[in-house]
Amino acid sequence: MRLKNCFHHHLFWPCITLVLLCLTNFFFNHGFFDIEVRNGALYGSVIDVLNRAAPLMLVSLGMTLVIATRGIDVSVGATVAIAGAVVAVMIGGTLVIKDGVQSYVANFPMPLAIIAALGVALLCGLWNGALVAGAGMQPIIATLILMVAGRGVAQLITEGQIVTIYYEPFFFIGNGFLFGLPFALYIVLAVLLILLYLTQRTSLGLFIQAVGLNPTAARFSGISARALVLWVYGFCGVTAGVAGLVITSNVKSADGNNAGLAMELDAILAVALGGTSLDGGRFSLIGSLIGALIIQTLTYAIYSLGVPPEINLVVKALVVFTVCLIQSERLRSMLFTPAIHLEEKS
Amino acid sequence: MTEQQAILQMQGIHKRFPGVVALKNVGLRLFPGEVHALMGQNGAGKSTLIKVLTGVESIDSGDIILSGKPIRPHSVFEVQELGISTVYQEVNLCPNLSVAENIFIGRFPFRFGRIDWKTMQSKARTGLAALNIDIDVSLPLSSYPVAIQQMVAIARALSTEAQVLILDEPTSSLDEDEVERLFDVLRRLKAKGIAILFVTHFLDQTYAISDRITVLRNGEFEGEYLAKDLSRMQLINKMVGREVDESSFARQAGDHADKAQTGEPFLAANHLGRAGMLRPIDLSVYSGQVLGLGGLLGSGRTETAHLLFGIDHPDSGSTKINGIPVKLNSPRKAVRLGLAFCPEDRKTEGIIAELSIRENIILALQARRGIFHFIPVSKQRQIAEEYIRQLGIKTSDAEKPIGQLSGGNQQKVLLARWLATEPKMLILDEPTRGIDVAAKLEIMELVKTQCCKGLAIVFISSEMSEVLRVSDRIAVLRDREKIGELDGASSDEQSVFCMIAGSEA
Repeated sequence: MRLKNCFHHHLFWPCITLVLLCLTNFFFNHGFFDIEVRNGALYGSVIDVLNRAAPLMLVSLGMTLVIATRGIDVSVGATVAIAGAVVAVMIGGTLVIKDGVQSYVANFPMPLAIIAALGVALLCGLWNGALVAGAGMQPIIATLILMVAGRGVAQLITEGQIVTIYYEPFFFIGNGFLFGLPFALYIVLAVLLILLYLTQRTSLGLFIQAVGLNPTAARFSGISARALVLWVYGFCGVTAGVAGLVITSNVKSADGNNAGLAMELDAILAVALGGTSLDGGRFSLIGSLIGALIIQTLTYAIYSLGVPPEINLVVKALVVFTVCLIQSERLRSMLFTPAIHLEEKS
Repeated sequence: MTEQQAILQMQGIHKRFPGVVALKNVGLRLFPGEVHALMGQNGAGKSTLIKVLTGVESIDSGDIILSGKPIRPHSVFEVQELGISTVYQEVNLCPNLSVAENIFIGRFPFRFGRIDWKTMQSKARTGLAALNIDIDVSLPLSSYPVAIQQMVAIARALSTEAQVLILDEPTSSLDEDEVERLFDVLRRLKAKGIAILFVTHFLDQTYAISDRITVLRNGEFEGEYLAKDLSRMQLINKMVGREVDESSFARQAGDHADKAQTGEPFLAANHLGRAGMLRPIDLSVYSGQVLGLGGLLGSGRTETAHLLFGIDHPDSGSTKINGIPVKLNSPRKAVRLGLAFCPEDRKTEGIIAELSIRENIILALQARRGIFHFIPVSKQRQIAEEYIRQLGIKTSDAEKPIGQLSGGNQQKVLLARWLATEPKMLILDEPTRGIDVAAKLEIMELVKTQCCKGLAIVFISSEMSEVLRVSDRIAVLRDREKIGELDGASSDEQSVFCMIAGSEA
């Protein structure tokens, strides 16, 4: 009963928002919920939204933990670009025609390239973590450094060019289908399951909340708050790295300048929409996923409604504004019943 | 005085919180020019009464009458405008703003549409001068000690031309001189005809300053008495609701009788110190014994605790546990070695207010076990419920946020947090601060029980009588230095203070 109450509390409004957005889409585009099977894979607007939301969902998951520690990471967009650049340069790929048979050859073996890209992303995250936990810098400033510098690093790696990949197997990550669904969704699912396990079946969730709510008390209780914060940022870097792989694979190229641009803001927004407080403490991973889906569904709606491109940011802002208002507990209690808080608990 | 018109009258106040009735038919009368003490145990409803009076919480039913007119306060601001000012238990100011800004926050004097900094600062200086305080009001508040911050809070409360001044445990972080200074100020305000409501746990202070006492118990009105007609014993009995044997306050002889210092100490600190914090000291803590740290505020008691627990790193000396040299460089390490520490400031260093009682209790145990040796929630609940029962923590549900508990119960949860780790040594820094007489007794009983079970305990308290009561040995500190050690059984307050005073010569 209590669990249900909690569930009610955290995810009710994000879910309602998502459903409303989907219904809006359906209203203007009756084919929104249609799904058809082509070559054993599912196609349709909903699948498309899910697929496109995958990178944002990944980044939001990592961001959720960072925000729960009362931090923030504005460098995830840059990390996406760096990971993409690393994997693109390492795989590269050339078309070789041998005895009239076309085949693609990678510069480095693909697994190695992927591991390297994720390793570099991890380093990016740990760098942030070291600045926050070790040097005691304010998270937004600490990660701002990488946000600015990271784009430069990505361009150094790609030598200022857009690196195109010619290596088929790599395209599977961002474009492939497994059991009828986009492969990227399985990646999101895997990361989600790992995180749910870590936060609910180990004490990581409790420690993160404790550190986010009262770092001193957490430290005095014997939690190594610094190490925890360091690794949370590290993990956030890795999720951004995975998102970088998905994006790079999807567009078959790496653009140090534009890959993951402004993604950090969408990720923070997704976390906030999902009901996690930016003050740290209680967090909701599922909420953040729903938040990411809300953003992607909204983007889809704006395009499918044919909103003129020059005002679509304004429309997006208005919707986000409304959603945030709906989710404000204070406003809700003003609108509906002043005693909403009491009723829930008794 | 009885014929005089009460400036503030509260009648039949009811207040329900989810699951508990916080106030049941409570009344209170305040007369101009009196100091009125509001007494009661933890959870008796004192804080709630203050909150409904100051508009933080709304009342369910009842009347509040101010100067003959009924009021229904809805916001703190509104109440201030009516002439009721409050100084809260925890200093509620903005540490990074200047003293002057803190005093006038929200009511900045304006001139030509801009904040008039000059007027503000000179007014702030006058306000503080009335309290006999002369400090640089342009410095940030955080650059002053808590006692001064408290005075600033009072200056702020007075700057609104208040008729009624509410002081919610203003003395809990002050030393004796500062308390005396505060009382001087209160007497002056009293002479000006201001009605003062004073909430405290200290009996001595109650009698030193109060004219009238209202006692609450379990959210109910117990009675209103003239201070001079009510003896201490009567007051305690009214607060506790049962007869407390006078001797339970006195030291119980024979408590420490047959506890010889046999064998090796559990923890031995040799020349432990840190520049600017604590001059090197030697300490031995034995299992099954209580080592009291005696000394005045700022004598280095908390600093010693921090060094022992690895919160601050010593730059000289060494520590041995069971004869084996150890390096205590983090609380985490200390916890793994079987140490436990209840910090001085319960709110900012101890509890995690938003987490549940259960989560607060298992936190240290879980930290000791590490991330992957997770205690299943059902087991957590079992542990929490066991300690709630064992320590008599008053709550309807282990899943409630700890922030909703009263101070004494929060302290018990913190004790539970550490007892759950089955420590070898427990450091208690001011475990009885800001909690009522009965809870103090309970906590000291707990200390003794745990000590009998073989736990080594370091006990720190500003109240020398408490230290004397529970300690087998007392290390006396002065000016961040250990100046001697006394036997707990054969010492009294006099001998400790003589030691502190004596080495001054």
